Amino acid sequence: MVKLAFDGLVVLLLLWLAWQTLACADLFKAILQFISFSLVMALAWVRLDALDIALAEAAIGAGITGALLLAALARLRASLDGNLSGDGASPDGREVLPVRGLILAGVALATAGLGYAVLSLPETAPGLSQQIEARLGDSGVGSRVTAVLLNFRGYDTLLEMVVLMLALVSVKTFSSTRHAGAAPQDVLQVLSRVVVLPLILVTAYFLWAGTDGHGGAFQAGSVLGAAGVLLLLSGWRLPSPHTGVPLRALIAAGPGLFVIVALVTLLLQGTLLTYPPAYAGSLILLLEIAATFSIGATLAMLFLGGLPGDEDRP
Amino acid sequence: MTLLDYLAATLLLAGAVFFLAGTLGLLRFPDVYTRLHALTKADNVGLGLTVAGLAVQAESWQVVGKLVLIWMLVLLAGASVAHLIARGALHKGIRPWTP
Amino acid sequence: MIIVEILHFTLAVFLLLNLGAGMWRVLRGPTAADRMMAAQLFGTTAVATLLLLAQATGTSAVRDIALMFALLAAISAVAFVRLTWPEEENKDDLA
Repeated sequence: MVKLAFDGLVVLLLLWLAWQTLACADLFKAILQFISFSLVMALAWVRLDALDIALAEAAIGAGITGALLLAALARLRASLDGNLSGDGASPDGREVLPVRGLILAGVALATAGLGYAVLSLPETAPGLSQQIEARLGDSGVGSRVTAVLLNFRGYDTLLEMVVLMLALVSVKTFSSTRHAGAAPQDVLQVLSRVVVLPLILVTAYFLWAGTDGHGGAFQAGSVLGAAGVLLLLSGWRLPSPHTGVPLRALIAAGPGLFVIVALVTLLLQGTLLTYPPAYAGSLILLLEIAATFSIGATLAMLFLGGLPGDEDRP
Repeated sequence: MTLLDYLAATLLLAGAVFFLAGTLGLLRFPDVYTRLHALTKADNVGLGLTVAGLAVQAESWQVVGKLVLIWMLVLLAGASVAHLIARGALHKGIRPWTP
Repeated sequence: MIIVEILHFTLAVFLLLNLGAGMWRVLRGPTAADRMMAAQLFGTTAVATLLLLAQATGTSAVRDIALMFALLAAISAVAFVRLTWPEEENKDDLA
């Protein structure tokens, strides 16, 4: 009973926050609503017993994306010089009423259809879990989520890593990194230095726990990215000798290693990304390590707005 | 219910009271600084009491260690952020409330 | 222990109600600092809720999620103080 109250409250909060995020005219308020939405969403995932997703939602949604959006808002304000109210006047209520009514009717219809579809699903839907259980022994890891992500559907993960890298490339193309700004206060320096150590340890922990428990490369990588973001916010910049090839090699390591493994398996066995069961465990660990570093570096550089050394390109 | 369970329940309830106090402070206090003060202190104490209540019922010492670590990290983050926000507010010229 | 589980879930519901109440400050709060500190409230409340859920359902892995929240709690607030705040403060809401 109380569980129902909790779940119901979570659903209400989610709906309210989602509406507020979209309907708020003040961008800063909307960003905060979005961060809170991710937070409550993580609670929802926990209640749905999807702990890996909850970890990822907590790290990426409530953590890194919040900082990214705030940084974007700062740049937006700087580039528009504070003129954020826009020049498009909102249309009068009268003319738009039929259109709004039509949209409302369409959305209500879609919601009703979705609700009917969800309610008519069978009580227990095994999906593919039987097949996964049958082959879990050959996959090299103990966690079903990791087995699916890194072994059975490794192709999807390869494409995701490439997409992340492409996002960084696009950001780098039309953005410029910001200056370090004024020297931050002592408290911020101490905070970032004290918190970075547990962050790195927790990265290693989630990377290792992903094999048989809950965790994995994305979660570990986003914690590493958060450490990078925190350091960048305290004014730290990567020393010059490391910003050229080493940084780019780090960012490319994840997708690169994936592509290499894909090509090797293609050449040796004729099928893409099928690992021989004897080596599957070590291969997956290797891929996850590379992916963690890659994701961490990519997220931190996304926050910076490019790669260091791109300051103030017009 | 054993004595330990009663102790844990008391600590948890006390923690909930402090959380309520923090939220009340956030909603009712007159300016940024007082709200920040109420929020940070009351919430962190509330979390500490909750952690204590859960630690009493924990199944092993590792769990207790993890709980205390979580509380320490929240304490550190909360205190630093409170300082940063208050200092920023002062520089912005937000004046403290005078009765 | 059913009683214990009910107590934990009830407290979790109470904390969520607290969280909902805190949202009023996000909507009202005259300055941006008010809104940001309400977001801090959400973070701490979420950590407490997750710890309660971990104990109530017996899943120890949920504590890892609470650890994640505790670590990343500060990052949005720090980004706000260092980046988004320096410019504004006379902008008023349109909503």
